Amino acid sequence: MASNLLKSAIALAFASAILTVVMFMLGAPLAAVFELSVCAGLITVVFISAISMTRPRTKEENIVKARERRKRFIYLPFLLVFVFAALTLAAWKSVDLGTVLKPGLSELKLQDVLWNRRQLDILGQIIIILTGVFGIAVLFKEREAK
Amino acid sequence: MSVCLVIFLIAIALMFVTGFYCLIMTRNLIRILIALEILTKAATLLLITAGYISGKMATAQAFAITLIIVEVVVIAIAAGIVLGAYRHNETLDTRKLNNLKG
Repeated sequence: MASNLLKSAIALAFASAILTVVMFMLGAPLAAVFELSVCAGLITVVFISAISMTRPRTKEENIVKARERRKRFIYLPFLLVFVFAALTLAAWKSVDLGTVLKPGLSELKLQDVLWNRRQLDILGQIIIILTGVFGIAVLFKEREAK
Repeated sequence: MSVCLVIFLIAIALMFVTGFYCLIMTRNLIRILIALEILTKAATLLLITAGYISGKMATAQAFAITLIIVEVVVIAIAAGIVLGAYRHNETLDTRKLNNLKG
């Protein structure tokens, strides 16, 4: 919720980089590489391109928006307290975080899971990527026609 | 390691609250996309943490990769739509986007 959109996009890229480190720590290197290259790289480029194509706010507009923004943060502490209370209650009753299950011998490798056990996921990913490509193509085609 | 897991869960909750609050409070279309991105990051971290706790990291990674791909496509298309809306209406404020005429 920073006043500058560009700063927000760059902070998002930093958050992605930190998430990558956390994923490495938890033992998910392939997902971490995806997160770093796609989320921290590609999505940041998309956001910065979109921001650069729009008009930045003037100083007067920023002052007015800053006053509005302060009012919006009034409810945030209440929401935080509520979420933490709910999470603490749920974690106490259902999840025993002290006993982390170690991957046993029966645990499959990522390659096996992705290519043998969850082939439909791959198919779904291909369909989603094609949908994205066609969606972008249609959007730009419409603009050229105009 | 359980202390670290608690920290991760707190981070997930913080990211979720931040994304959700930004999503419901902001009126800028690009900020809404950023909020959506924060929410999906929280979901990704939750998946990986769940995989770590249950000891099934390979399955969790497969889900996380699928989620990342969905996220990218959604953000790319949404950014295109936001740009189209900006060119059409000259604003990113959702309160001023009240025109459905092509």
